[in-house]
Amino acid sequence: MNALNRRDVVASLLERRDGLLVVAGLGTPAWDCTAAGDHPLTFPLWGAMGSACMIGLGLALAQPKRRVLVVTGDGEILMGLGSLATIGAQRPGNLSVVVLDNERYGETGMQKTHTAYGIDLAGVACACGFADSRLVRTNAGIAAVRSGVYRGRGPLFFQIKIRPDALPLVLPPRDGAHLKHRFREALLGEKAAAQ
Amino acid sequence: MPRKTSKTHSADAIDWPAAIHSALKSQRVRQVSYVPDAGHKRLIELCHADKGMTAVPLTTEEEGIGLAAGAWLGGERAALLMQSSGVGNCANVLTLAATCGFPLLMLVTMRGETGERNPWQVPMGQATPEALRLAGVCTLRLERAEDASAVANTAAKVAFEEQSAVALLISQQLIGVKSFEEKR
Repeated sequence: MNALNRRDVVASLLERRDGLLVVAGLGTPAWDCTAAGDHPLTFPLWGAMGSACMIGLGLALAQPKRRVLVVTGDGEILMGLGSLATIGAQRPGNLSVVVLDNERYGETGMQKTHTAYGIDLAGVACACGFADSRLVRTNAGIAAVRSGVYRGRGPLFFQIKIRPDALPLVLPPRDGAHLKHRFREALLGEKAAAQ
Repeated sequence: MPRKTSKTHSADAIDWPAAIHSALKSQRVRQVSYVPDAGHKRLIELCHADKGMTAVPLTTEEEGIGLAAGAWLGGERAALLMQSSGVGNCANVLTLAATCGFPLLMLVTMRGETGERNPWQVPMGQATPEALRLAGVCTLRLERAEDASAVANTAAKVAFEEQSAVALLISQQLIGVKSFEEKR
């Protein structure tokens, strides 16, 4: 039985986040990131399922001096597994991917995902050339995840097994243009307007 | 000796992939992602050789839509190269352009047009302009090699200055037709 609470995991990864740039995959991972504190340098997705890792890659390549974290779910990443191969080919040192794995499609009725049938996402990331790829089941492991996200040599992949809880919705802003503008303004300052 | 492709006379005279590469340079495009197409072979090579660009091979075209969005969030401009069959792989993620207003510059080499020898390429090729329109992507056409620079610059300006989604459709007549004859 998975013991970790997803909100606690995300809160501990995002506290004292300094200049961390975050992409949150659609559904519950986006609500988890918002519950940890709505932030202009978090880009939460309301759609485009399967894209979170690729948005993280584009961001990591554009901002090689900043740390980039993708927080997403097992269902979301299963839709874009090829992106792990694409990240492995680029090997960005500043990119980490955290998968909150409840083995369920939490937003659509808790149907089992492939990880419930034993599909090994951390193994896929390892085979795709991530510098480190781990399966995490305990609170003790979360400290190592945090260390990797803020200081490790990427690309790093952490598959964190969490309880399949149905938690209250904590929704980020829905306006995609607003989310995009506020992220660029917070990151780029006056240069955001210069395109 | 049979040739792999038959090209129009103007394509032999003008290096249109180099003209597109120059346009991408002058428009400050830094990330170029692609799923290969024979028609993009030279442009892909030019982008890989360019130290000012990061060339990103993709496993499927929709990855490039996400990459371009992430690049823009980080302050960089991206372009996405594919053949027309790849447009069908992009449908849902094009919501990033439609709802968030991310700029998107797609360079699409056309299949299923004049001279196509593979009937399996025809349905998606024929549906490509309409599929893009339905997803909110405006289309420009490149038919003649001598127009490559001007059309590519126009497409990039529409994408990045107006923050909209643009696909430049590159005619199969310009690229040449895959003959399916064996090389000897």
